[in-house]
Amino acid sequence: MADLRNDFVGIKSPNPFWLASAPPTDKEYNVRRAFEAGWGGVVWKTLGLDPHVVNVNGPRYGVVYGADRRVLGINNIELITDRPLQTNLDEIKAVKRDWPDRAMVVSLMVPCEEVCWTEILKQVEDTGADGIELNFGCPHGMSERGMGSAVGQVPEYIEMVARWCKAATRMPVIVKLTPNITDIRYPARAAKAGGADAVSLINTVSSITSVNLDLMAPEPTIDGKGSHGGYCGPAVKPIALNMVAEIARDAETRGMPISGIGGVTTWRDAAEFIALGSGNVQVCTAAMTYGFKVVQEMITGLSDWMDEKGYADTAAFSGMAVPNVTDWQYLNLNYVTKARIDQDQCIKCGRCYAACEDTSHQAISMSADRTFEVIDAECVACNLCVNVCPVENCITMERLTPGTTDERTGRVVEADHGDWTGHPNNPGAVAAE
Amino acid sequence: MSAAQRQDGIVAGRLAPEAYAENFTDAYPPLDAHEALVAADRCYFCHDAPCIAACPTEIDIPLFIRQIQADNPKGAAKTILNQNILGGMCARVCPTETLCEEACVREMAEGKPVEIGALQRFATDTLMATGTHPFTRAEPTGKIIAVIGAGPAGLACAHRLAMYGHTVIVTDARGKPGGLNEYGIAIYKTVDNFAQAEVEWLLKIGGIRIETGSVLGRDYTLEELRSDYDAVFLGMGLSGVNALTLEGADDRISNAVDFIAELRQSDDLSHLPIGRRVVVIGGGMTAVDAAVQSRLLGAEDVTIVYRRGQDRMSASRHEQDHATSAGVRLICNAMPVRGAAGGVEFEYTKETADGLKGTGETFMLEADQVFRAIGQTYQDTQAAALDLERGKIRVDTEGRTSIPGIWAGGDCAAGGEDLTVTAVAEGRDAAESIHRALSI
Repeated sequence: MADLRNDFVGIKSPNPFWLASAPPTDKEYNVRRAFEAGWGGVVWKTLGLDPHVVNVNGPRYGVVYGADRRVLGINNIELITDRPLQTNLDEIKAVKRDWPDRAMVVSLMVPCEEVCWTEILKQVEDTGADGIELNFGCPHGMSERGMGSAVGQVPEYIEMVARWCKAATRMPVIVKLTPNITDIRYPARAAKAGGADAVSLINTVSSITSVNLDLMAPEPTIDGKGSHGGYCGPAVKPIALNMVAEIARDAETRGMPISGIGGVTTWRDAAEFIALGSGNVQVCTAAMTYGFKVVQEMITGLSDWMDEKGYADTAAFSGMAVPNVTDWQYLNLNYVTKARIDQDQCIKCGRCYAACEDTSHQAISMSADRTFEVIDAECVACNLCVNVCPVENCITMERLTPGTTDERTGRVVEADHGDWTGHPNNPGAVAAE
Repeated sequence: MSAAQRQDGIVAGRLAPEAYAENFTDAYPPLDAHEALVAADRCYFCHDAPCIAACPTEIDIPLFIRQIQADNPKGAAKTILNQNILGGMCARVCPTETLCEEACVREMAEGKPVEIGALQRFATDTLMATGTHPFTRAEPTGKIIAVIGAGPAGLACAHRLAMYGHTVIVTDARGKPGGLNEYGIAIYKTVDNFAQAEVEWLLKIGGIRIETGSVLGRDYTLEELRSDYDAVFLGMGLSGVNALTLEGADDRISNAVDFIAELRQSDDLSHLPIGRRVVVIGGGMTAVDAAVQSRLLGAEDVTIVYRRGQDRMSASRHEQDHATSAGVRLICNAMPVRGAAGGVEFEYTKETADGLKGTGETFMLEADQVFRAIGQTYQDTQAAALDLERGKIRVDTEGRTSIPGIWAGGDCAAGGEDLTVTAVAEGRDAAESIHRALSI
């Protein structure tokens, strides 16, 4: 059976599933329940200096639904812990004492003054916590006070604070990054330059999830007003995967441990983050939506899949997909595919036809009896029909064998790789030797 | 079981008084807002959707379901009613399992179609609950049209004509408007006096006057109508009932349609007599409605006997299942031979090259009461003034009869299935044709 034990920058946990610093890890009661349910570790909800912050007393969360009210994304305007620092420290110590095998990482957010960091680090060390995570990510509320994403958006500050922390503590330092920047590689490089042991990403995406059209105000609405929140959940996973991959394949940050965060809902999501170079994953929205028990699906699913694939531990496949993340210019233009519709599986809804006819390349024909067929001479292999088909694997993309003729272009499909760098239409093309 | 329930003969009050309301409640309760959203989310918004083609009134089903999804059920209702002004009733009585829901791609995909009928009811009920009417009448044209029959065809025709600004006089032979919606459909499909509520709501368009108790051929003639009105639409349905006499049982046999009408008009169902053992002869929806309601009135044994195979029954499988789940027994391939003391003798049948034949094997069914439900016929009171086709008024694709200025639709006209939704489509389309003719 696959060994799910995880060692992330020296922090050990029985599995790679940590709860992210967020409402589920706000206090002892919740964290104990999480450990009982099987979570490998937690990043305790962000601590700050006393006097502690306060939260709004109206709604904190907004939501985006898919079909059947399935939660696709939640945004929140909750701030860091709204309880006294000592209360949190005492609870962290108590839980860590009772659950020594679980990862206990503490998220921190204090002003950009060295003394603030060194002071709080001493107090956290006394709890016996395994590591710290610097919250440079929250895009709402705290950022107005010069913390959270306000720091994460300035690489120099990231480097500076990371350096202070590394100098002040024995604990591994993880820097949590905000996605609310233009190029994730700069803050990641800054964290590395500051000596951070790892980065974790993504924190939430600045967002307004909806507008209440009666109140004419963003939701969640507090007394007629709303403030942007941080968006998370399945909806942000594609953004997170890309950012993780960018860091994993960047020449300067390659090999830096990454804790992957962003919409992890099932074992498969976790496997994808790990394949793109994450050492473990952090979860929040799935737990907030379904409760702590979801981790049991994640653990069994990942374990079963690893057994099937023959991966002894997560390190065996961590980063395996990174070499396959490339720039567009290197994609093989001689890889020619066509859509293929399995008539036995087709339920004749016609969505492929509508999508192709109205918004793509008129490459699907429709007969009077609702038989839908691909017109190879028009199909550019865009994949939209595959995406909109309600039946999985009913439409697939199949490669034309080299040597056959692509009816659309009239050209014989070549066996050799050929990309934009050498394409005749590319003014900067390098002629083949 | 009460003593009254076991009493032989045709007697009233077989059940405890409170049982009637319970038995005759909505057979398929409406979806609440949450259920409607869950059901609506299953629609794939198909291209050129098969469900639309399967609907005789061609309601844009994917659009109205998407409107429900997008929190606009009243807009959904307007999409429905624009095509089918009796969309509320059709949502209740349409055999959707043989129409839109049979065509739904999710029927093919999973054997579980989108609940189109229930969603249609949700949308139309939501709109009608507001008491508003979503259509407005055009400026009066000064034209007056006579509509004969206030059933689905006549009402649909009248509404569309009124919308175009014409004035419409609707006459009906019965005491109330609604036609079979009022007199011919099981109570549990149209609870809370829905047929009358729908007519009242429909009349809010304005420009329509309904005169009941007036019979074509008795109180006025076709010639008078032609000379007095700018156009005439005939939608009086089928007033004849196919004959079936049973020697030895004539005192116990009656028409299922009359029984259903009596039920619908009853103020107190506990006063309605029903046999202890009831036999319904026929295989259509009327047979099912009569049989199921006999059970609900407290009949102990109810049997539907149909002369051909089960697959030939015009009641859908869904209707048949409804009957059997209500405790009705179904016997196929048997025809009545003669009445006997306390029962009816049947003979088994088989299909042969020369048609249906008796096999010679007979059996006896005990029966205090027998309903014939073997179809209705058009009764020609016009002395063949109108051309007929297979016993009904011949019409062209626009509903025009052989006499200029006279249109017809619904059950009395040839072509199309005898369904509420088909009648609505024919009435509506005839109105469009009349409007075109009057606009020249």
